[in-house]
Amino acid sequence: MSKANNMNTASGNKPRTIDIVRAGLAKRKASERRFKLYGKIAIGLGLLFLLLLFGSIAGNGYTAFVQTYVKLDVHIDADRIDPAGNRDPKELSRADYGGLVKASLREMFPEVNSRREKRQLYRLASTGASYQIREMVLADPDLIGQKLSLWVPADDEIDMLMKGHIDRKSAEDDRRVKDNQIAWVDRLVSEERIEKRFNTIFFTAGDSRDPELSGIWGAAAGSFFTLIVTLLLSFPIGVAAAVYLEEFAPRNKFTDIIEVNINNLAAVPSIVFGLLGLAVFINFFGMPRSAPIVGGLVLTLMTLPTIIIASRAALKSVPPSIREAALGIGASPMQAMIYHVLPLAMPGMLTGTIIGMAQALGESAPLLMIGMVAFIVDIPQGAFDPSTVLPVQIYLWADSPERAFVERTSAAIMVLLAFLITMNALAVMLRKRFERRW
Amino acid sequence: MSTRQILASIGLAGALSAAVITGAHAASARDHISIVGSSTVYPFATVVVEQFGKTTSFKTPKVESTGSGGGLKLFCAGVGVQHPDITNASRRIKSSEVAKCDKNGVKDIIEIKIGYDGIAVANSKKAGQFKLSRKDIYLALAHKIQGPDGKLMDNPHKTWKDVNASLPDSKIEVLGPPPTSGTRDAFNELAMGGGAKKIDDLKKLRKMKRGSQELKDMMAKLGVPMSVWTAYEKKKGKAPKGKDIFKQVAYAIREDGAFIEAGENDNLIVQKLDANPNALGVFGFSFLDQNLDKVQGSIIDGVEATFETIADNSYPISRPLYFYAKKAHVGVIPGMKEYLMEFTSDKAWGDEGYLSERGLIPMPKAERAKFASAAKNLTPLSLK
Repeated sequence: MSKANNMNTASGNKPRTIDIVRAGLAKRKASERRFKLYGKIAIGLGLLFLLLLFGSIAGNGYTAFVQTYVKLDVHIDADRIDPAGNRDPKELSRADYGGLVKASLREMFPEVNSRREKRQLYRLASTGASYQIREMVLADPDLIGQKLSLWVPADDEIDMLMKGHIDRKSAEDDRRVKDNQIAWVDRLVSEERIEKRFNTIFFTAGDSRDPELSGIWGAAAGSFFTLIVTLLLSFPIGVAAAVYLEEFAPRNKFTDIIEVNINNLAAVPSIVFGLLGLAVFINFFGMPRSAPIVGGLVLTLMTLPTIIIASRAALKSVPPSIREAALGIGASPMQAMIYHVLPLAMPGMLTGTIIGMAQALGESAPLLMIGMVAFIVDIPQGAFDPSTVLPVQIYLWADSPERAFVERTSAAIMVLLAFLITMNALAVMLRKRFERRW
Repeated sequence: MSTRQILASIGLAGALSAAVITGAHAASARDHISIVGSSTVYPFATVVVEQFGKTTSFKTPKVESTGSGGGLKLFCAGVGVQHPDITNASRRIKSSEVAKCDKNGVKDIIEIKIGYDGIAVANSKKAGQFKLSRKDIYLALAHKIQGPDGKLMDNPHKTWKDVNASLPDSKIEVLGPPPTSGTRDAFNELAMGGGAKKIDDLKKLRKMKRGSQELKDMMAKLGVPMSVWTAYEKKKGKAPKGKDIFKQVAYAIREDGAFIEAGENDNLIVQKLDANPNALGVFGFSFLDQNLDKVQGSIIDGVEATFETIADNSYPISRPLYFYAKKAHVGVIPGMKEYLMEFTSDKAWGDEGYLSERGLIPMPKAERAKFASAAKNLTPLSLK
């Protein structure tokens, strides 16, 4: 020990490197730990926000997957809906089915007499009940004259009461469901005439202003047609552009400019594409407003840069030896491209396409300009029918005054997220399965 | 599955879906009514549209929410299937818009007033109810108000008590719609303008003649710079009248944080009020009606916002709602006439109709009869 000290002093007070390292070691280790901790905090925060987001959406929305139904005994009174007795479909489609629903409610609660109370009573069942009976009778006119026991959707306010979104203890004037309505609902509960069931309407209907009759299917179909148009246009064009730019185009100023512009285009805010679509496709070419064909065209413009960039990256990752080997045994550049390079680059291209599509699925801003932010009840049957898309449906419901739309908004968000997660999972799966590394 | 197979299946899917798309009819002639316009009328129009689609053999019309101004712009662009048939508006059509319509060949416009909408000034039920006058609202929210020397100065009021000693001692904090909204236009005109009219100098200013010397004197007295005058002259090509200067003074809302623009989403304002009992919110009556358990409407000039007070016009901040239809499209687009009949039927807009359940305030019976006959006879609008 003393020897070492001597040696230290002998070399002119100059500390050895190892001593400097040792002295600073604790500090360096601490800063290393801090650095890792910062990373963990960042990830933790990210996860926390994600959990909060999903938690609040799921917490608000899960109740929308069930809907309250009321059991009615409806007498399909021949005198009321078909007084002439000739079963004329035109007469039948115009008949007063709402009256049948009202009559059955009156029969259930015979003690209700005053006009005001009757109006409140009629609001137990949804207006959709009369449409339901109308469709049943139109499909099978033999039902006329029979007495049916039917489960019909309850009004959205009764639904909110059953789900506990309305505070029974608050003053009567402050509630949209009145005391006597609560008493009727309690009686129906005790008679087992009211219950919550899986909400099939939500998955099969188009939009409606009655929350209990509104569904996501119209918007989902609109999204489907829009995305099909986008896929059909953007995938072939994007891949062709990428192949040409990567494999065949000469390197000069002109192709450089194109390359820079493709990168710029990927960063252009999507609303700009909507304005472009309005000016070019609707005003200049006179295409219909609110149609998926125009939505698809606009979203094509938006996703093209994503697909081109991803496809070029995929082509770049194919080793040159593949091309050289193909060319070496006499394949033409085109043959080498189509039979050897393209198949190997395809998984990467598909991944890029799917991610571009997922982006397009969640887009609503450009569609605002071309009229796809609209109230559409009928389910679109093709790319020329007026329609809306899932994110727009969420926006429209979020802006509706009826309280029952709050849970439906969250439920629609869950449906959209499910689609997005599926598409991203598909992209990951494709990459895992087909990607080859060299 | 090989890559070749993937390619083939994509090609097949593409071909199939192309068949789906082209198999759908070409959209040369439109078979559904196209409606655009005000976001305030949207919740009412959509109810009628749905009822119409479900009870007739016609296709359900399409309703876009574009705002009153945007709707009229689209509506006036021309006659033909690519242009909308009907536009909703939360204010009356302007003569400049009628002129624009006329220029583009949209000659006969049918005007239908559908009812009234009130604008509520509300706060959370957790706090006490406000009793406000329109003058209080103006003094609390105006960008500049008259100081002790008679000149306009930046609004000094911090609490409601500063505005009016009978009001609570809480910070002025009002959540309201942005300037693009029709609700904001109506709030400016009816509440801010209505309050400013209670100030003597502003009341005089409003009545002054175009380009008059007394208007110049009043502007000097209020300290309004002459650049406002010259800017107006430059824009319109004529000197301003008292009302034009009045609008600039009275409709300007303060930007120091007391008035918070909360976006077009009225539901959001209701949620924020629930969370912050000190704040007031400005939104359409239908949202107040749907959320009475959370928020309460303030009493304005001694009148509470209820169905009845808006209908009999005693509630001061209410406005009429309209829609406009193109006569040239009746008979061309299927269902036009029937849609007008549905909207103007008593089961829709009557005292106990389904629109009143949604918060639309019905017109008096005589007025309903007048507009119902306009719809029936397709009487074109004439602005007097």
